[in-house]
Amino acid sequence: MTDVTFNGASVAARPARRDIGLKRRYAAEQRFRLYGILAIAIGIFFLFALLFSVVSKGYTAFWQTSINLSVNFDPKIIDPQNKRATDPNVLLTANYPVLARNALAEKLGVETSNRPALRQVSGMISDGVRTQLRNIVVANPSIIGTTQNVWVLASADVDSANKGQVDLSVDQARRKVSDQQVEWIRKLDADGAMVQRFNTGIFTFGASSRPETAGMGVAIIGSFYMMAIVLVLSLPIGVAASIYLEEFAPKNRLTDIIEVNINNLAAVPSIVFGLLGLAVFVGFMGMPRSASLVGGMVLTLMTLPTVIIATRAALRAVPPSIRSAALGLGASRMQMVFHHVLPLAAPGILTGTIIGLAQALGETAPLLLIGMVAFVVDYPATPLDPATALPVQIFMWANEAERAFVERTSGAIIILLMFLAVMNLAAIFLRSRFERRW
Amino acid sequence: MSGFLIIAIIVATGIAGLIAGRQRASAQQVGSQEKPHSRSHYHGWWVFILAVLPSLLFLAIWTAGSSYYASSTIRAALPAQTTESAIASRSLAYSMIENLAHGLRVLGTDGLSEVPSSFEALRPVMAEHGVALASDTQDYMIPLAQKLNSILNVSSWAGAIIAVAIALGGFFIGMRGVAIRARARNNVERVILGLLIAASSVAILTTVGIVLSMLFESIAFFRSVPPHEFFFGTVWDPRFAAAGAGNTDGQFGLIPLLAGTLYIAFVAMLFAVPVGLMAAVYMAEYASPGVRRVVKPLLELLAGIPTIVYGFFALVTVGPFLRDLSAALAGGTSFIQAQSVLTAGLVMGIMLIPFVSSLSDDIITAVPRAMRDGSLGLGATRSETIKRVILPAALPGIVGALLLTASRAIGETMIVVLAAGVAAKLSANPFEAMTTITVKIVNQLTGDLEFTSPQTLVAFALGITLFCVTLGMNVFALYIVRKYREQYE
Repeated sequence: MTDVTFNGASVAARPARRDIGLKRRYAAEQRFRLYGILAIAIGIFFLFALLFSVVSKGYTAFWQTSINLSVNFDPKIIDPQNKRATDPNVLLTANYPVLARNALAEKLGVETSNRPALRQVSGMISDGVRTQLRNIVVANPSIIGTTQNVWVLASADVDSANKGQVDLSVDQARRKVSDQQVEWIRKLDADGAMVQRFNTGIFTFGASSRPETAGMGVAIIGSFYMMAIVLVLSLPIGVAASIYLEEFAPKNRLTDIIEVNINNLAAVPSIVFGLLGLAVFVGFMGMPRSASLVGGMVLTLMTLPTVIIATRAALRAVPPSIRSAALGLGASRMQMVFHHVLPLAAPGILTGTIIGLAQALGETAPLLLIGMVAFVVDYPATPLDPATALPVQIFMWANEAERAFVERTSGAIIILLMFLAVMNLAAIFLRSRFERRW
Repeated sequence: MSGFLIIAIIVATGIAGLIAGRQRASAQQVGSQEKPHSRSHYHGWWVFILAVLPSLLFLAIWTAGSSYYASSTIRAALPAQTTESAIASRSLAYSMIENLAHGLRVLGTDGLSEVPSSFEALRPVMAEHGVALASDTQDYMIPLAQKLNSILNVSSWAGAIIAVAIALGGFFIGMRGVAIRARARNNVERVILGLLIAASSVAILTTVGIVLSMLFESIAFFRSVPPHEFFFGTVWDPRFAAAGAGNTDGQFGLIPLLAGTLYIAFVAMLFAVPVGLMAAVYMAEYASPGVRRVVKPLLELLAGIPTIVYGFFALVTVGPFLRDLSAALAGGTSFIQAQSVLTAGLVMGIMLIPFVSSLSDDIITAVPRAMRDGSLGLGATRSETIKRVILPAALPGIVGALLLTASRAIGETMIVVLAAGVAAKLSANPFEAMTTITVKIVNQLTGDLEFTSPQTLVAFALGITLFCVTLGMNVFALYIVRKYREQYE
């Protein structure tokens, strides 16, 4: 026994508590806690840094500088030989930018004989004015000879300068906006002839090499087609597969292989699906490149594991008593699943599907491989036409060097994140509104 | 006859069967003393299935078979390939004929009575109808294109007639089978079960498709570049594929790409693992439910942001920031390049934080309560409990989670495409640009490409390497996670 050696004297004078390092241990405890808080702070800091960086660079993309011009549709410039009655091509090929340039020169009081100044004047107006004025004239040829008030887009450099993004202290030879142009911008601003208006173009225009006329229109439609295809294919296939695996599959080798497969597919790098799409859909089956149909099918294969995993969880959450009750009342297993289990699991399935769709919407790499990095100007009429997708458009703009494209890219990211936020909020809403807990 | 119309006819037959079968069954059931086996709509659906399913299956097989037959017939009729042939390859010639045949079909609807026998005469007519033809289309191709059209025409008509006949046959067989004691429900349910099984085999088909497609293309690649040069080569310099040149003097060494991939993934893990793990520990062990409810979704938001956004963040914010920071530190010259291993690794690490934290969170909370209570009861502080009891108990699961995360880091594409650079070099300096397997797959496959050059095919060899590496890690990780889970359940 240990108290054999117990010494009575020491009881009277109790020694100081043995130092078991409590202070040190508590300090370690505090430190450890601090590390945890620090880790979370780092994560949240980067989340906000990322969002701040995108939003601060991108919110200006939703405003676009426009100039109000009273354009004189001079028949001498549009149709110098007066042949428009016989040759419709005259109206299509006329020199419209000159009309806008002259209008602006008049407004700024620049002599038409002053060539260098005129060149600077036309540098203020976007080249997109050509199509804009052409569309006006082609739609209504009787406008020729009259003077109309038209809002035209300013060029990207003027737009940046007007938004205060150009450093005016730099020597004028080293920036894209000259002092003369800056002066004009101030003048137009003061007159109210140059204003920043909400930029609808970023939602509607197709691809363009000029930032001010580049938009996400084609990409939005392409992404919409792809999401529709993903939804139509992955929801029925995913739900059917999950029903089989969860409710009918016998415990055997084949079922095991399918399950392992699905778990692995969920972790296969997305670019590998792009290679699959390129080799099988484009190469072997001969489907068109750059088409949203192929993109949608590749994304479907990628999304399937997500949908299956979510659906199986939703099916598993339906209590067995419901199955037993249905079977006990004489339903067949098929009736039990389709009449009782599936409707009860539907909110969970929908939530999982929306989350899968959101993942597919943000996916870029596989789409690059099947050729969706294309310069597409016109809206795709069917899913078989060439199109781009939102994230691919972001990738293409991110590779452009111009300052104005950085703004556009950030704006595009904001649009993409908005779409994702809406989808995720819908999922959260569905879950909180319809999900039942037993 | 258009495929859409045939399918519409078949489905219409099926719907007619659905209605007729249902009515017939109810009519029988009304007057009968016997107890019916199935409800009447099952009879309807069974007639529908008999009418639609076999004929659609037939149509699919027929279409594939007839286009294969047509192409092999035409290919056999092509003149022998010689060195002087104007067209580089038989498949090119065949695609020209296909294009021509398509043009003739477009023309045919406008009632062109006589097809010109020479290409010179045909081309302007085609161009008028908006069909562009290759300029070196040969005269002999025109009759072949006509033959192709006639084969396709005959086979599509024959297929349509047979398919509709099968649909009608199914309809009548189904209608005759409607009877009080007929087991219609069992039949319908068996078909549905078959469809469910087919849907779940899509997963297997996808895997098989991935493996086979990449295997075939990789084998084609290894025919021109020996495998040991690919797997052990230290120089990556694929050159550009000049169309038709067919030279293979590029060098395809995997090692620099693999090194870059692993290096960047390592830097990313170096950042993500401590942060993610500590965040998970804090949330699982310290955080109050209120804090957890706010913080956990915030961290998971990071996982919902598309990787292209991270790539852009690295490109325009993190890269320049690190470059300027290093310039300020070193006094003028920046030693960190804007595109570097560090930039890509850091941003990828941010992306991985939520993966590490939510996977580890699940695993830590799965450690039984009793182990915590035991340790705390013996006087250990919470951090000691975590370090000495919980983490060791959760270790296998955490290793599995980290493996899954690492495989994601290796397969990540968009961040490295934008932030890591394209220079394939072997270097240990994290401040310089390196490149990865995924970047090179994207580089080799974007732009105009020819499917036969090694410069393109190498992407598939890279792809299968990537697939095998990540697959190995995933299988191992899933094995560990599953085994560990069973331990406590």
